Amino acid sequence: MAPNDEHPDKSERGSAVSRRAFLKTAGVSSLAASVVGVEVGAQPAGPPMVGPGETAVHLMVNGKRVDLQIEPRVTLLNALRNHADITGNKRGCDRGACGACTMIVDGRAVYSCSTLAIEVQGKQVRTVDGLAVGNKLHPVQQAFYDHDALMCGFCTPGFIMASVALLEKHPTPTPTQLRKGLDGNICRCGTFKRIREAVASVKGVPHV
Amino acid sequence: MGMPASSRRSFLRVTALGGTGVLLALHFDPPDSMLAQEVRRPIAPFPAAMPPSAFISVAVDGTVTIMAKNPEMGQGIRTSLPMIIADELDVDWKDVTVVQAALDEGRYGPQRSGGSTSTPTNWDPLRRVGAAGRAMFVAAAAETWGVPAGELTTASGTVRHPATNRTATYGSLAAKVATLAAPPLATVTLKDPKDYRIIGTSTRGVDLHGVVTGTTVFSIDMTVPGMVWAVYQKCPVFMGKAVSANLEQIKAMPGVRDAFILEGTRNLGGLHGGVAIVADSYWQAATARKALKVVWDEGEAAQESSAGFDRRAAELLQLPATLVVRNDGDADKAFQSAATVLEGRYAFPFLSHAQMEPTNCLAHFKDGTLELWTPGQAPGQGRSEIAELLGIPEASIRVHLMKGGGCFGRRLDNDFALEAAAIARRVDAPVKLMWTREDDMGHDHYRAANVHHLKAGLDASGQPVAWKHQFVSFGDGRQFGRAAGVPVPLMPGGFVADYNMSASVIASGVPLGSLRAPGLNGISFVNQCFLDELAHSAGKDPIDYRLACLRARRIRSSNPNDPEVDAERTIAVLEAVAERSGWRSGKALAAGVGRGVALLESHGWVATVAEVRVDKDRAIHVNKIWTVLDQGSQVINPRAAVNMVEGGIIEAMSHMGWEITIANGRAVQTNFHQYQPVRMPQAPAEIDVHFLRSNHTPWGLGEPMLPPVLPAIANAVFAATGQRIRTLPLSKSGFRFA
Repeated sequence: MAPNDEHPDKSERGSAVSRRAFLKTAGVSSLAASVVGVEVGAQPAGPPMVGPGETAVHLMVNGKRVDLQIEPRVTLLNALRNHADITGNKRGCDRGACGACTMIVDGRAVYSCSTLAIEVQGKQVRTVDGLAVGNKLHPVQQAFYDHDALMCGFCTPGFIMASVALLEKHPTPTPTQLRKGLDGNICRCGTFKRIREAVASVKGVPHV
Repeated sequence: MGMPASSRRSFLRVTALGGTGVLLALHFDPPDSMLAQEVRRPIAPFPAAMPPSAFISVAVDGTVTIMAKNPEMGQGIRTSLPMIIADELDVDWKDVTVVQAALDEGRYGPQRSGGSTSTPTNWDPLRRVGAAGRAMFVAAAAETWGVPAGELTTASGTVRHPATNRTATYGSLAAKVATLAAPPLATVTLKDPKDYRIIGTSTRGVDLHGVVTGTTVFSIDMTVPGMVWAVYQKCPVFMGKAVSANLEQIKAMPGVRDAFILEGTRNLGGLHGGVAIVADSYWQAATARKALKVVWDEGEAAQESSAGFDRRAAELLQLPATLVVRNDGDADKAFQSAATVLEGRYAFPFLSHAQMEPTNCLAHFKDGTLELWTPGQAPGQGRSEIAELLGIPEASIRVHLMKGGGCFGRRLDNDFALEAAAIARRVDAPVKLMWTREDDMGHDHYRAANVHHLKAGLDASGQPVAWKHQFVSFGDGRQFGRAAGVPVPLMPGGFVADYNMSASVIASGVPLGSLRAPGLNGISFVNQCFLDELAHSAGKDPIDYRLACLRARRIRSSNPNDPEVDAERTIAVLEAVAERSGWRSGKALAAGVGRGVALLESHGWVATVAEVRVDKDRAIHVNKIWTVLDQGSQVINPRAAVNMVEGGIIEAMSHMGWEITIANGRAVQTNFHQYQPVRMPQAPAEIDVHFLRSNHTPWGLGEPMLPPVLPAIANAVFAATGQRIRTLPLSKSGFRFA
């Protein structure tokens, strides 16, 4: 609880990059700058230079193709919320500290506020908006519903996506796995007890 | 409390809905004295001619639509207030559609969510609205069938005449109802509580499905066609002003439509000066902001710091206080005959609200009128402030109430709405103002820091007979700033003949405001921990010690306006929590485990027991919290109420870990990484919530559970370790939550 205290063990969140670690040392803007600054000549084997102006970015979101014309340093969260009108996941802190923006990219929970849209081209992006099949809620959505596991609900989409990623990896998580798997998400209304009960009650999430 | 309908000139309007149904509307006078305590200016009077309006509409097909009148931000009022109407109307909840009302206090009465007032102030009027609606459907059926109304019954939106076995749905009677005069609300017959079918039944929140599917529109999600985006850079130093900025360079950046300086007003609750950037997309506005260079006039507040405040507070505690909160008898003299005298100094810091949803507001100014979409908790007051700022009549401002992602008192202030309105006036399009998390944490209306010095004289039996409590808070130097004083009586005031509570006020530029349980969330920690010190010193059980204090002879205040602690309700919750927690079982606790107790005796009647285990490295595990609340005669939506209490307990733990420090006139902490709320691993393993029924108006649940949690945990830590926590955050006392 001390200021600046980094939360322990993010391994359960399964991010491609250690999110906390990179934020600690670099910050979102420096990561963005490194993408913008790639020089084609200096790194012939690397990606072609894009930006700093707008460029075509093609994403697969909830199984549908989303074509965007955005700057390469636009975050996944911003690209979906403000350029594709996919607003289920929320912006809370813009520095990977609150988890409201949690999405699943190729099976791993990521903070979409700290992930560039251009980075996830060719990958499968899942958000809370695409979780239900028709009128049938995903088992995790149903559990949150059945347990009233929310109050204001602003953190809920992020908690649901973090829970889905957790359960796809550990279909019957231990209490410790559950607590650690969801400690990257903040619920300021304090509904942790019901979230714990909801996630622990979920059966039938396919192991991925 | 109660809210007698007769004193509110209540009446009901009936409007035909063009053959499709009927509208019923309640009108009553705002606000009562409790609401008035928290508003800075009176709510505008009702217009002489009120527009046609609706609380309830019943369509011919039987669909019932009920308006949710107050701002919703997670407290569940969008569900629980319509439940009250629906039960008295006698319809099935499954047939009810809830619609969020826009701001129209002439139609709906006060539309303000704060101070835990939504339930107690609406309980009586909304039951009467529902009952009057039911009476009209009964009257319509009686007239149609030519039978006395007294022979008719209702259930599930249907009127029945048992003698002839005739039934008529409300939908089929809607056209007839539209021709009838509404009965006076004061005289309608209310249900016997034993007949409630919705009130008191756990009911899912109306937004639940939308939230889990991501379809619920929060304020931050709201867009309108043609909308542009704005960011607003305020001076990092509170109340500083922008002198100049590289506006031409900013205006040349991609997508930027305009950039300009706003002067700001001279009051902390008003428009703060800064630089607005308006762009086609949020990304472009935020990108341009990074290139913004501003010359600030930082003003006097730039010299302020937490270290300076601490020094000043220590000085002020050596001087006579300037404000008397309460004085009975002669405390100074009474100490001379006390058997024991104890002193303690306590402190707690500034806090920020840190609601999940970053502040935002949508505004469209066109042809001298403003349309506003706001997550504000006090939108009526916001409209009044905007009208004054823009110099337009309130009638020219239309306000939509947007669902907020948590507020905790932050949006009782309307500074963000003033910013959106002031920016929108300069822009030829609807404008969405977006704050960053850093804007929120750096430009909050903070819970005031305090330093308290307490001195108690005990008699030979250890009970307090003299009490002197002097503290330092913040404001303009003479009067307390907002929520920086003590709004309600605290024990042992009223139970000790010689009692004095007084304060001094540091003048500061730090904006102050209401954080959940304002005025109580800090001082309860101080008072309830010091009482624990006294009990320990007297060798008494902490619950028995408090009970003895509450059962002492009542001392009437010399000031007849001083409210008094309700000892009866407080004793009841304290006895109940002792029982539920097995406090007196005498069962030995493991090494490193301790229990503490605390209570809230005003503006809510709550007793809380905490059990903690403290590691050798001073990491605190909260094993279990028991809490008992006297919520009056009825809990409207029990499952939601329990959720609210559990959440408030966890928020209280965050209050123990948090600190906003001030340096060079600005907040040091910028985002969650420096201001960590309690997360899943720290949340208590178990929470036991119990509501006591009493013969009082149902009480609100925004606040009461919170204040006693801090001292209950701190007292438990003492029981476990022998270490007193007198200063918050916990880190200042060497502790943390594990």
